[in-house]
Amino acid sequence: MPPLRLIDGTLVKQGAEAHVYKSTFLYPNVPCLIKVRPTKPYRHATLDMRLTKHRCISEARLLNRCRSMGVLCPTVYFVDEKRGEIIMEWIEGPSVRDFLHNYIDDASDHGKDENKAIDVQLDALMENIGQTIGKLHDIDTIHGDLTTSNLMLKPRESPGTQVLDTADTSLANSDVVLIDFGLGQVSSSDEDKAVDLYVLERAFLSTHPRATRLFDIIIDSYKRNCLGSSVVLRRLQEVRLRGRKKSMVG
Amino acid sequence: MTIAIGLEGSANKLGVGIIRHTPSKPAEILSNIRHTFVSPPGEGFLPKDTAIHHRSWVVKLVKQALKESGVTIREVDCICYTKGPGMGAPLQSVAVAARTLALLWDKPLVGVNHCVGHIEMGREITGADNPVVLYVSGGNTQVIAYADQRYRIFGEALDIAIGNCLDRFARTLNISNDPAPGYNIEQMAKKGKHLIDIPYTVKGMDCSFSGILGFIDAYAGEMLSGAEKRDPDTRELITPEDLCFSLQETAFAMLVEITERAMAHVGSTQVLIVGGVGCNERLQEMMGIMARDRGGSVYATDERFCIDNGIMIAHAGLLAFQTGFTTPIDESTCTQRFRTDEVFVKWRE
Repeated sequence: MPPLRLIDGTLVKQGAEAHVYKSTFLYPNVPCLIKVRPTKPYRHATLDMRLTKHRCISEARLLNRCRSMGVLCPTVYFVDEKRGEIIMEWIEGPSVRDFLHNYIDDASDHGKDENKAIDVQLDALMENIGQTIGKLHDIDTIHGDLTTSNLMLKPRESPGTQVLDTADTSLANSDVVLIDFGLGQVSSSDEDKAVDLYVLERAFLSTHPRATRLFDIIIDSYKRNCLGSSVVLRRLQEVRLRGRKKSMVG
Repeated sequence: MTIAIGLEGSANKLGVGIIRHTPSKPAEILSNIRHTFVSPPGEGFLPKDTAIHHRSWVVKLVKQALKESGVTIREVDCICYTKGPGMGAPLQSVAVAARTLALLWDKPLVGVNHCVGHIEMGREITGADNPVVLYVSGGNTQVIAYADQRYRIFGEALDIAIGNCLDRFARTLNISNDPAPGYNIEQMAKKGKHLIDIPYTVKGMDCSFSGILGFIDAYAGEMLSGAEKRDPDTRELITPEDLCFSLQETAFAMLVEITERAMAHVGSTQVLIVGGVGCNERLQEMMGIMARDRGGSVYATDERFCIDNGIMIAHAGLLAFQTGFTTPIDESTCTQRFRTDEVFVKWRE
């Protein structure tokens, strides 16, 4: 077993499978995220080591695959599969989930004209999300847990401008970045892609009543930006009817 | 005060139980008896033979249950039976018996979902009030949590159930089905020490066991036909006990993992294990370690309630009956497919 080591960073999230820390990589001004899969004492030690190693490598490979094929996601800096750690680029949010909450809640305080401007911006964001997922599916990659929390808004860096404060992130200047590929896989199956979209749809609809219209824009954008979209969207109809679970026979 | 008699026969166990509910008091088990159809080693139980078993024993068991409980027919308020899910022929034979009793005694019928029976009995016995439930048996593998009047399925086996995987592997090794194949695998696993590499198939909150079974069956097949298998590190021979050990360690780790994920998802620290495989002490131990690390605890019952029984059907049926639910005789069918989340749980907040 590798020696225990205290992670030099602050814990940001503790899930069932991994702990996520914020730290810095090599230089104090390079923020990074450390994803650690801790040992599970209920599992046989050999099995635990095998799984941790496999999952760590597979997640890092998916991230690299996406990055090299032009889908925005965190850059992998370093992988220590024996310790079950991936060190990657820190994406300064907000997540689409937090963003929608703030944005839509704020919107109700504004006048009609302002709302219209906000709608135009939101539409652009949805268009962008549809494009991103379309691209992801075109390279036969399944995210596995597409929720609005796993879609981040990253201010676009252009030379000469400073990274914007998150509070005034302008949609026009932001990219959509996919995070957390822990449940991802490489697959060209329509079913897998349709379930990916279904999970996102459910996440959207439970976020906000106005979200139905927003999700329609995502689907429309996906249709135009993903080569295999027609088959996937047909399959999505089936998935919607039965839910994520197939009715078991026998 | 209400009394129900419950009839269960969805698989190879025929169970009859009588329960009494008194407001603001725990349920009283007046009798709970069971007779199991045991098939010879290397064979599973076939629907036809199992149905014959149930038909030939049901009268005897009902009489015995009534006698043990000291309850008279007049005091019984309703007759509960398993509507599904399960094997067609055995379900039918028990449904016929339940209908006969209802007409003979002029009592209302209550059709019960087998899975909901397991969950409600587990809650009643352990006192776990709102746990994440792992339901593991020969026919079902589900991770369940309660929300808005339904037991919702968060994760499940996408192909065969964990119990089916264990039972079928027992057949490959020609292990006895008495008292249960899973029990005998558990005893052998206690003597195993080498962990062989078996596929680990978890996807989110779902898992699959057919690939695992295929793999370990083939591995055992090679061993049985004389091939020498050795541990890569110690060079010691791999034994059938090692196979049982490896199968349990791998399959149970998958179950604990999907349960943990569901617990994190709904923010619960209690976990309740029900169903026949829930008797397995290694599974209970692993679940206990996981729950402890999350600051919670595991609840499990012994073989009287884990393994299919009539009392759980009586209990869940009576809960529904008290909310005004009955099954009219012309609707008193049974069905092989009856998902846990189809039941409207009127008796819970």
